[in-house]
Amino acid sequence: MTGILDYSPDDRYNAFITTCREAPYGDGVLGGVAVAIKDNISTAGIQTTCGSRILEGYIPPYDAYVVELIRKAGAAIVGKTNMDEFGMGSTTETSAFGPTKNPVDPTRVPGGSSGGSAAAVAAGLVPMALGTDTGGSIRCPAAFCGIVGLKPTYGRVSRYGLIAYANSLEQIGPMARTVEDVSRLMSVIARYDPRDSTMLDRPYDHKPSADVKGLRIGIPKEYFGEGVDPRIADTVRDAIGVLEGLGAETVPVSIPGMQHALAAYYVICTSEASSNLARFDGVRYGPAVDTRKTWHEAYQDLRGKLFGAEVRRRIMLGTFALSAGYAGRYYAKAQIARRNIRDDFERAFREVDVIAGPTMPTVAFRLGEKTDPLSMYLSDILTVPANLAGIPAISVPCGKVDGLPVGLQIMGRQFEDERVVDTAYAYEQEVRA
Amino acid sequence: MKTIIGLEIHVQLSTATKLFCGCSTDYRDDEPNTHCCPICLGLPGALPRLNRKAVEYGLSVAKALNMKVPEVSEFARKNYFYPDLPKAYQITQYDKPLAVEGTVEIEDDEGHEKIVRITRVHLEEDPGRLVHVTGSSKYSLVDYNRSGIPLLEIVTEPDLRSPQEARRFLNKLRAILEYLGVFDGDREGALRVDANISLEGSERVEVKNISSYKGVEKALTFEVTRQKNLLRRGQKVVRETRHFMEGRGITTSARGKEEEYDYRYFPEPDLQPLRVADWMEKIKLPELPTARKNRFMEQYGISLNHARTLTGDPKLADFYEHVAPVDPILSATWVADILLGELNYRDMSISAVPPERFMELLALLRSGTITDKAGVQVLREMLNACAAGKPCEAPATIVKRENLAKAAGDEFTAIVQAVLAANPQAVSDYRAGKKGALNFLVGQVMKETRGRADPRELGRIVAECIDKSEV
Repeated sequence: MTGILDYSPDDRYNAFITTCREAPYGDGVLGGVAVAIKDNISTAGIQTTCGSRILEGYIPPYDAYVVELIRKAGAAIVGKTNMDEFGMGSTTETSAFGPTKNPVDPTRVPGGSSGGSAAAVAAGLVPMALGTDTGGSIRCPAAFCGIVGLKPTYGRVSRYGLIAYANSLEQIGPMARTVEDVSRLMSVIARYDPRDSTMLDRPYDHKPSADVKGLRIGIPKEYFGEGVDPRIADTVRDAIGVLEGLGAETVPVSIPGMQHALAAYYVICTSEASSNLARFDGVRYGPAVDTRKTWHEAYQDLRGKLFGAEVRRRIMLGTFALSAGYAGRYYAKAQIARRNIRDDFERAFREVDVIAGPTMPTVAFRLGEKTDPLSMYLSDILTVPANLAGIPAISVPCGKVDGLPVGLQIMGRQFEDERVVDTAYAYEQEVRA
Repeated sequence: MKTIIGLEIHVQLSTATKLFCGCSTDYRDDEPNTHCCPICLGLPGALPRLNRKAVEYGLSVAKALNMKVPEVSEFARKNYFYPDLPKAYQITQYDKPLAVEGTVEIEDDEGHEKIVRITRVHLEEDPGRLVHVTGSSKYSLVDYNRSGIPLLEIVTEPDLRSPQEARRFLNKLRAILEYLGVFDGDREGALRVDANISLEGSERVEVKNISSYKGVEKALTFEVTRQKNLLRRGQKVVRETRHFMEGRGITTSARGKEEEYDYRYFPEPDLQPLRVADWMEKIKLPELPTARKNRFMEQYGISLNHARTLTGDPKLADFYEHVAPVDPILSATWVADILLGELNYRDMSISAVPPERFMELLALLRSGTITDKAGVQVLREMLNACAAGKPCEAPATIVKRENLAKAAGDEFTAIVQAVLAANPQAVSDYRAGKKGALNFLVGQVMKETRGRADPRELGRIVAECIDKSEV
């Protein structure tokens, strides 16, 4: 079974930056399935922009390992999805290619940064898509658009070919309408790749099971406190009640390190980003530098013009955080805070098997609503802890508030992605039935 | 006034592939940008994968320099913009280097043994190379063939006291690296040195980008003179970075350039911390220069000077050991004193000399078939042929063709008789007791035999002939 998929979707939500009208497919577990890929994952022969002008026209000469695996599994790669520029945002509004709209309510954002992938799945343009998650970029749009998204354990999916934003935090992960499809895509992409030195050889070969009898679910009070919309907290508590009804038990836990999570997260991700994004100088790819100027003048002009405001802000924040005389106060302290959070989770996971709470503190924002960066950063508070700790976390739809989807987030021990998938599956099967 | 010198040496490790990708390191004579891949081009999304061989090479250097190897070392990013640096950061090691606190033994200027302390060694990747095109339109091209070549940076404490000592240190270091088989000194850009130099009580100057052994001595000698002159004129030495202009043999101030760079080092998140304890145990060192020198003196009974010269280069030492069975002392003299000079004169490498042929030459010398002088002549014929890429003729063939065998028997007697007959005045002067006349006659015989006679024997033989022919 091989052929060419004629793909011309009605992209009314601006979910795609690039679509492939003629997408070849082959035989395999994903034979003939249309898969959308977030535009920060390298695809040989298909433009890859990271939602930025600075990479406009860049056609990678190689496939990311996950793309190689998806092609081998027979899927048709039908397009590259919209995203916040370099993943820096929670709304997909910082994309240089215009915002994506939320298919549930087109006056709302789809969340971000993998908003294009979430919208493409929610709108039914593809059954599954790849996103990437640095501080919630898979789970936030999954929650806002009412679909399922998994951020795998750090080191479970190869980052080879993922254009780095914050290397120590991010993972590529599956997004789909059902837990089963998320699990199916996960089993294709979670394969060992020696080219990613931060990986462990722990392939994912799993069929979801809905048995949660005796499962101990930790309920961290920090996930239901200040800043979380009480109606969302209630909706999520009800969802956890469903799991209790299936035989799971709940245990109160605490992640005290969370008070420094956002600060630590933003210092680490901007520091790494300031270094990662330094290579975009217009010499080898993307719009070319003006070679009549001196090289540093040319770099400065090009980068000033082609990076968006949020990207420039984060590059400057990160450059500052790593500067001599300040690195000790910011970068080094952030690493300590990160270790504390990791320790908190480790301690909690001695008592419980998974930890559950809301994915996002609110429902999807209105387009244009988040104008000051700080309030946007604050909305990441419930998702960044999993990235700092490197643990798996899934978001599964668990009801609506004001007609807008709410996500239930389930986090697990490192390399226990299977267990968070099973927990989400048990919930999904129960409420669907 | 004491001179204080410390060196930072970058050496290319001679691995087959680059430090973080599988591209070949042997790009000599190849087109620009033909030894590149997404990793060494720094393409978006590519990740570094550490070359284990480079780590092993680094560890064997650490062991040979008697260094401490911490259980965990770490790679870090050194961030700076430059067109030859494709990722805009260099992957290097910063506060957790591969090894620290080592020693190298050298001779000081008085010939005494001294210890030079090594501060640290660490691994890092080389950037690409800029080619500046000048002419009517000026522009620069970038060649990434070199991007990602593994370098080992070796930093010394300020223990060196003269430019000559610095040169000797580098020669010793080079010998150690070559013995370990981790370094090919013949490669272009295989060694680059930054030197810190100050006169006691004065400011320190850093001289950057010296790319040869001779260059180090030259640059430092220039700096010592420049700094002494400044002080003599009552001026001060300014703390600064200077560049060495190899062609002119001088250093010039790099004032203002990249002086206060903030490299914003942080741990490389794409690589795991390096744990080397298990590897360390597996690393076996070959015999190193000092041990081999001592063994040569003991085993072959040769002088310290010969042993030192012969073990300065592993290929030379191997060559000596190959030819030594003919006669260890004669071999040492001929390899260290004569062959080496002839090779340097022709800019030839010892590997161009077939040891079997050289052994035949030694045998001719040992048996007295040819004189030392004729031996040198034969050797030159041999080397000239090698240098021209021709097969090396057998020494015996050259001796025969050029008629270089030691004059002996009737032929020799006839020549002596002829010389005596042609110089009756000198003969009678000798008989009258003028010893100087004998030297003149010996010289005449030497001239007639074109060096085929042994001058030490000749005086005795000529004197005997005169005595015998007494009227």
